[in-house]
Amino acid sequence: MAVDQGKLLEFLLRMGDNTLVLGHRVSEWCGHAPVLEEDIALANTALDLIGQTQFWLGYAAEVQGEGRTADDLAFLRDAWDFRNVLLVELPNGDFGQTLMRQFLFDAWSSIILDRLTASSDPRVAEIAGKAAKEAAYHVERSSDTVIGLGDGTEESHKRMQAALDYLYPYVGELFESDAVDAAMTEEGIAPDPASLRADYNALVGKVLAEATLRLPEGAYSHNGGRTGRMHTEHLGHMLTQMQWLQRAYPGAAW
Amino acid sequence: MYAQMIKTASDGVKSRDEMSPEESAFQDKIDNDIKIEPRDWMPEDYRRTLIRQIGQHAHSEIVGQLPEGNWITRAPTLERKAILLAKVQDEAGHGLYLYCAAETLGVSRDELTEMLLDGRMKYSSIFNYPTLNWADIGAVGWLVDGAAIMNQVPLQRTSYGPYSRAMIRICKEESFHQRQGYDIMMKMAKGTPEQKKMAQDALNRFWYPSLMMFGPSDKDSVHSAQSMAWKIKINTNDELRQKFVDQTVPQAEYLGLTVPDENLKWNDEKGGYDFSEPDWSEFFAVIKGNGPCNRERMNARVKAWEDGAWVREGLLAHAEKKAARKVAAE
Ligand SMILES: [Fe+2]
Ligand SMILES: [Fe+2]
Ligand SMILES: [Fe+2]
Repeated sequence: MAVDQGKLLEFLLRMGDNTLVLGHRVSEWCGHAPVLEEDIALANTALDLIGQTQFWLGYAAEVQGEGRTADDLAFLRDAWDFRNVLLVELPNGDFGQTLMRQFLFDAWSSIILDRLTASSDPRVAEIAGKAAKEAAYHVERSSDTVIGLGDGTEESHKRMQAALDYLYPYVGELFESDAVDAAMTEEGIAPDPASLRADYNALVGKVLAEATLRLPEGAYSHNGGRTGRMHTEHLGHMLTQMQWLQRAYPGAAW
Repeated sequence: MYAQMIKTASDGVKSRDEMSPEESAFQDKIDNDIKIEPRDWMPEDYRRTLIRQIGQHAHSEIVGQLPEGNWITRAPTLERKAILLAKVQDEAGHGLYLYCAAETLGVSRDELTEMLLDGRMKYSSIFNYPTLNWADIGAVGWLVDGAAIMNQVPLQRTSYGPYSRAMIRICKEESFHQRQGYDIMMKMAKGTPEQKKMAQDALNRFWYPSLMMFGPSDKDSVHSAQSMAWKIKINTNDELRQKFVDQTVPQAEYLGLTVPDENLKWNDEKGGYDFSEPDWSEFFAVIKGNGPCNRERMNARVKAWEDGAWVREGLLAHAEKKAARKVAAE
């Protein structure tokens, strides 16, 4: 039975919008990081995420079949069309908040990409194969930084705990599922999001323990990004910058 | 040129009779193109001048991230964003190699950073100009990296080994940056009327500041002679500026853009262009801190450094704890 193309498109947008929005956020650091090595590392992460975006959104545009490109999807959709989880659109905050957000995302990303390498859709498997290597490196790096700062000075510990308290309520959305996910699971294209939770908890638990950080209790789960039901106020501001040239000079080639 | 008006730490070139035997042997090495390495004996003035020069060059790479970083979040396509990010990341890498080269002379990166932040050390005047439209990103690659290459290609042969090796690595990437910048200019100059207007506007604003990158005219450069004898400066400012103009004018013509200089004219006799000097009073004002973006640039660096203190301290504290635990476990 043929895969519902609309649902496949939706799945690809979720993958591509996550990397697009997070890549953009991370790129905001360029030239402003606490040490030169971190500046280089953040740029590297942003570059990988933008590269992954080109693959995911490129494939999404093909599936959509309206002659659009990855750039059209990135620069010419409005906020309500975006399908990223809320976590990645949250502002950078301080370096600790940026790295905590990165770690919480990388942990999920490294797990799902690994599973997606076995996707029944060869294009998805191929993209995931490339991205999985990058994600494995990212999570190693962000884990180290979370541990270093969590188990650093009193101040760095306090800041990292505050970042975790702020961000953890946005983690649950990564594991929610709807009809799109059910269809992807059924076709063997992607795993059931909930099935990633145990591995995720184990990985995050181990790193946070080493970082001497505690998960906030009774965390509420914010959602709405991956279904497009409701984004945060932050996304619209990001788009005003990101899309400005394309919007101001329609049809120009750059 | 990322190192402008480097004050040579000496009172002029010594003649052979004035040199000590050590100094004379040192000068022999330089004259025979034998590289000076960190462990070799070197005159104190040579070491101090090099620290200033390499440090200023390193700072320029770092501050130079800011005007281009200004457009990363507004880059018009995913590919342009990736290219620009990679370029700015390269510049940070250049800063890193250069700080490492300076460290071989006995000064730490943190010390150099503090000297930048409290104004004792400078960075290239060019980075005090704003990037106002997307074509500026093209113009910076084309003109600013282009001018940097003019200066840095000869410096690959500079007498100090670590500096020379850093220059060799850096030059490869800089020529890549220049081509990418020109590629943006091509797209803009051949694009819509608005894009062409952006391209011309960018050239208008970056032309003279690019010419200033080579530093004041030779007749006003008091520090050059000793640096040239030491081969830490290879060509004079005017030589490099002339070469840059001769290379760049045909490129501007190919783009269909107008160089903002009414006196620009090919001179058959000298085999180069005649051109107007930049406004040197503007240059000196920028050097003194009164360029359009001096405050913003320094504030951004100070903020990054101060906001990052807790991170550096945290990571250091963790590394120490880890080392202590390892010792305890043994
Ligand atoms: Fe550079
Ligand atoms: Fe440069
Ligand atoms: Fe460059």
